[in-house]
Amino acid sequence: MRISDTLIKVEGVSKKFCRSLKRSLWYGMQDLGSELRGRRHGRNGALRLQEFWAIRDTTFSVRRGETLGLIGPNGAGKTTLLRMLNGLIKPDQGRIEIRGRMQALIALGAGFNPVLTGRENIFVNASVLGVSKHDVARRFDDIVAFSGIPEFIDAPVQSYSSGMAVRLGFAVAAHLDPEILLVDEVLAVGDEGFQARCLNKIGELKDGGTAIILVSHNMHTISTFSSRVMLLKPGGFEIFTEVSDGVMAYKRLFQGEAATDIEKITTGTPEWKVLNVVHSAQVMEPGASFEMTIDYCAARHFADVEVDVTLRSNNDAGCHYQATNRAYGQVIDFGQGEGRFRFRLEGIRLNNAGGLIAVAIWEKGRKHQLFWWRIPVQFLGRSYSVGGVFYEASFEIVSAVTPMTHA
Amino acid sequence: MSEPRITVYTPDSSLARPATMVRDMFRDLWAGRELAWRLAVRDISAQYRQAFLGIVWAFLLPLANTVTWIFLSGTGVVSVGETPIPYPVYVFTGTMLWAILMDAMNAPLQQTTAAKAMLAKLNFPREAILLSGIYQTLFNGVIKIALLLAALLFLGINPGWGLLLFPLGVLSLILMGTAVGLLITPVGMLYTDIGKALPLLMQFLMYLTPVVFPLPKEGIASTLFHLNPMTPVILTTRDWLTGMTPAYFGYFLAVNAVAFLLLLAVWIAYRLAMPILIERMSA
Repeated sequence: MRISDTLIKVEGVSKKFCRSLKRSLWYGMQDLGSELRGRRHGRNGALRLQEFWAIRDTTFSVRRGETLGLIGPNGAGKTTLLRMLNGLIKPDQGRIEIRGRMQALIALGAGFNPVLTGRENIFVNASVLGVSKHDVARRFDDIVAFSGIPEFIDAPVQSYSSGMAVRLGFAVAAHLDPEILLVDEVLAVGDEGFQARCLNKIGELKDGGTAIILVSHNMHTISTFSSRVMLLKPGGFEIFTEVSDGVMAYKRLFQGEAATDIEKITTGTPEWKVLNVVHSAQVMEPGASFEMTIDYCAARHFADVEVDVTLRSNNDAGCHYQATNRAYGQVIDFGQGEGRFRFRLEGIRLNNAGGLIAVAIWEKGRKHQLFWWRIPVQFLGRSYSVGGVFYEASFEIVSAVTPMTHA
Repeated sequence: MSEPRITVYTPDSSLARPATMVRDMFRDLWAGRELAWRLAVRDISAQYRQAFLGIVWAFLLPLANTVTWIFLSGTGVVSVGETPIPYPVYVFTGTMLWAILMDAMNAPLQQTTAAKAMLAKLNFPREAILLSGIYQTLFNGVIKIALLLAALLFLGINPGWGLLLFPLGVLSLILMGTAVGLLITPVGMLYTDIGKALPLLMQFLMYLTPVVFPLPKEGIASTLFHLNPMTPVILTTRDWLTGMTPAYFGYFLAVNAVAFLLLLAVWIAYRLAMPILIERMSA
């Protein structure tokens, strides 16, 4: 018998939500009424007052043995999409087709009844999935061993820490041989040892033909686990067959669109006029240098000025670099009359991040500011690199044994 | 390898395909039995573990009600008409049976509300919640009935062979309670007003049912008592328990048939409502 390889098929699915709770409840009553009269949910796709599309016209499919990484900013509809796939809520438009048994780990400790013990929850979970008691009993020891919390297995799940609940949740989900597994931002809670085991287990499941959808804000997790990436953003989605492209597109979302305007807080004083400023491009490759040239006209001699340079990135690294010319043991004097000053920041290694280069020039003693510009910059990313910084590196095979040739 | 189960989610109402819907309903009811049983066992043991008086709570309220009414009628504050059996027996059996009905009626909304968090995150047969409520009502009912029987024997009432039919009466109380309780659950999940208004309404309804008063012989009260579908159920069940011949057996059967159909209808409504309720609960 030929079994179709596509386990999850989502076609043109949309979902709307309401911003106001009172109205939302009333719409719920209306929906209830139309549902009971056998009408279509979500009407003909028109939005009611204060409603908005949480998910719009989303189409994708996941095949056997494939892991789809689902990424996007908060509020993009990732969890909503998973809840629709899991059948918890109905789509307002479109069609979802699921082939096979599904296990969903949505939010912490989900899938568990807090008052039942870990042991009871394992059996209940299995019975809901349609796995027989006998089969669970056979796998019970494996599940407990994988979770790594055998001493708590007879305690109610409500007494578990969030990490313990996730461990058990993943252990159950992974050992009941689901054909489809949904994982929503839960693996991040486990410690590193457990995450490594999850990774191996997910690999095993993939080899066994399980289709997995993985939601995470951790781009490292995403790029390690996924075979494809779907980027959800408010009002749309994009699918990337190359995971690192998706990750880069995701990061670019946070670099801001209007971030090209230079903030010119101080541009010269009556005594120190700025005639012209030239600087490097605001979009650069990792490893590029940033240069700024200022033509000035000084009414008097400015001895021992201080040039303060800051580089901020909007990724996890935060304030990345700050130094003045003094850090380099340089003394700068602006002589009277016209002159040209140049400053150069070498080999900036930010990877796939937005940021800001601020240059401030102070008179000696920091009493008066002569110049202060804040220049938004963007650093492009490299494929197959998700870190905040990119270094030059080399990879070489120093020596190799000649492989035996097969006869 | 067998063909995997295919699940399709669309905006269409499942009423569009009744055959699939009914098959799914019974499949889920069957799949949920294990969960229902475990939930019920847990809830019952938690309920009695956390309460000092434990099992006494199952019958304390109807007992207090009985004492009140025996006092009111004994001192002549309220004049209660002639009852076919001694008044204390009449009012005690009445309030106990009414309490079972109330338990059954409250269960669906209570259980569903308590399971909100689980419903929002986990796809499991929703029937398990209802079934668990019924199990709990049955358990509490058995305690009440045991006490009731002990009291009857003590008071020298011999139920006779009618006792064999008595469980049917109890089941019909639960059937009726569950059907009505389930009817209000979808709206009650959205608006808490429903849960608050129900006890108020039922208090009023109790006095229109021969629980503490005998059936009035004439007047508007008599019409209201007869129109009330709870009347034949309470009367017949009590008659079986106290060794009398049921006077309204036909009416009893008719009410049960209607309650059964109502239960099926509201079960469907409950299933259809669930995704909508979950959506609004988490909104």
